[in-house]
Amino acid sequence: MNRNLKDKMVESLTGISVLLIIFIIVSILAVTIAGGWPNLNWTFLSEFPKDGMTKGGIFPAIVGTAVMTLIMAVAAVPFGVITAIYLAEYASEKSVIAKSIRFAVKTLAVVPSIIFGLFGLGFFIGFIGKNIDGIFNGGELKWGQPNILWASLTMALLTLPVVIVSVEEAIRTIPADMREASLALGATKWQTIRKVVIPGSVSGILTGTILAISRGAGEVAPILFTGAAYFLSDLPHSLSDQFMSLGYHIYIMSTQSSNVDATLPIQFATTLVLLLLTFSLNGIAVTLRYRIRKRAK
Amino acid sequence: MDSKLERSMNKELKSAKEVVSFNKRKFRFSDWFAEKVIKTVAFLSIAVVILIFIFVFREAFPIFKMDKNEAVSTELLVQESYGGAETANEPVKTTDTQVDNSNKVQTTGEKPSSTLFSKTWMPVSDNPRYGIWPLFLGTLKVTIISLLFAAPISILAAIYTAMFAKPRIREVIKPVIELLAGFPSVVIGFFALMVMATVFQSIFGYASRLNAFVGGIAMGLAAIPIIYTLTEDALTAVPRTYTEASLGLGASRRQTAFYVVLPAAVPGIFAAVVLGIGRIFGETMIALMATGNAAMISINPFDSVRTLSATIGAEMAEVVFGDTHYSVLFLIGSLLFIFTFALNALAEFYFRNLVIRRYQSKK
Repeated sequence: MNRNLKDKMVESLTGISVLLIIFIIVSILAVTIAGGWPNLNWTFLSEFPKDGMTKGGIFPAIVGTAVMTLIMAVAAVPFGVITAIYLAEYASEKSVIAKSIRFAVKTLAVVPSIIFGLFGLGFFIGFIGKNIDGIFNGGELKWGQPNILWASLTMALLTLPVVIVSVEEAIRTIPADMREASLALGATKWQTIRKVVIPGSVSGILTGTILAISRGAGEVAPILFTGAAYFLSDLPHSLSDQFMSLGYHIYIMSTQSSNVDATLPIQFATTLVLLLLTFSLNGIAVTLRYRIRKRAK
Repeated sequence: MDSKLERSMNKELKSAKEVVSFNKRKFRFSDWFAEKVIKTVAFLSIAVVILIFIFVFREAFPIFKMDKNEAVSTELLVQESYGGAETANEPVKTTDTQVDNSNKVQTTGEKPSSTLFSKTWMPVSDNPRYGIWPLFLGTLKVTIISLLFAAPISILAAIYTAMFAKPRIREVIKPVIELLAGFPSVVIGFFALMVMATVFQSIFGYASRLNAFVGGIAMGLAAIPIIYTLTEDALTAVPRTYTEASLGLGASRRQTAFYVVLPAAVPGIFAAVVLGIGRIFGETMIALMATGNAAMISINPFDSVRTLSATIGAEMAEVVFGDTHYSVLFLIGSLLFIFTFALNALAEFYFRNLVIRRYQSKK
């Protein structure tokens, strides 16, 4: 075959693959927006589900997702930031400890999310919760069952690698001159970290937090049996309450509900809300990260 | 003048030395403490991985100790007290004779652990059978379909982005494709359930609307951004000199891409595919929503399947804490964990070393 023709054909084949992926992305977006936009209004966002979940809004699911990701961030961000500081500032690249920590972080990043759910059930609920009940509540069941705290902590473990990677990347872009200047002025290592490294990586910490929240808001598998509830007539009032979440709501409404067709508008609108939420969060994070990378150059 | 300068310099040098030695000698509690705390917290990630290992296995362990009657008695006991996993271990000793009497090679369902390798998954029945074969084969089938779809597309798209696209187009394509990684899997599952299932059914005209094919393609969508990004990284990591030498010898860009750059990036691409397999294998929500969830053994891609992870997701909420079914689900979780852990280790150590060795030896 003519070489030029073959070149053209192969090149266009690779180009078509790109277009196919973009087509899929666009069609998911288009379908979700077309199906969800007409039903998206203020009452939908601010009302409780009504009439056996066939009408009404998704207010408790929004609140539940927000509270859960907030607790998750409070738990995951400090640990993630400190681990990143250790990896970037203290550990030498070749030490066994640093290598093991890195491998552990990568493992956490690839472990299937359902395994985190199992771990949350076995560890937080079955072990810690049960023991708390046994010791403090005289065996009365309070913490030894699914609730928003255990779900958030389970999710925090899942999003830990996201925070670590973002923060470490930001720390590594801080010029060595600044650290050296601080040390030369007589500051100790810890002072340098506190006054130079952490302020310099604030945008990285923010990126990591936002990415973690976006990831946590979208994941469903880890909270399937650690705290998410099908329907609640009230918002969670304490850490030992169950909660409703957007992702779980979509899953339940589209597969478990008795009349899937009747609730289609609700399903599409909920999906759109979740998609808008994760996309806007990701958009902010990508912009922040772009700024960090620019500084690195 | 000179001596004065010299003297002042000496003085400064001396004081500088003093500062250095001062710093070395003085024990600063806050620094020491901060380092210890940071180090301890950093160990948490390792601790979490170990804890996951321990706790997922711990809950799975009773399956190897129980026989059927004990499982029932445990179930009753648990229903009474809701006592937790520990109770599952306790009654093992009470019926020693029964264990001795039961034939070890029998596969009729007397012992729950012996039904593990049978061909039926019927956990909720009078004579429960926990055969994980259909689940395993179903997962394998979906993974293969998924990979056949996702791997070629992502690798070709990565080749286009890394080799053929103009820089300005590349800057647009990369973030757009990486958008796909931002879709929550429940959204992809919903799309597969609502749109893809209907569209594919009208094209291929098969019987069950949700099946391995729909699920596989949808799970492929979740794997595309992983394989694409890592392959693109691997391709751009190939030294520029390779490309330039090849183009300089008169090869076309297509020949350079496929005969020079691609072979050099093979270990990296393998690592990308391996991590993609890990993602597909463990994907739960898409599998739950789009594969039809029927545990049967068949080779037909248009039959429904039930994957390992979907089984955990669907059944864990309804089992009794600590009974056989509960343990079997944890056993499945252990299998998933070991498998993805092994895949990650393979990608991390084997393929990465391969990449490093390759470039170092040829420099």
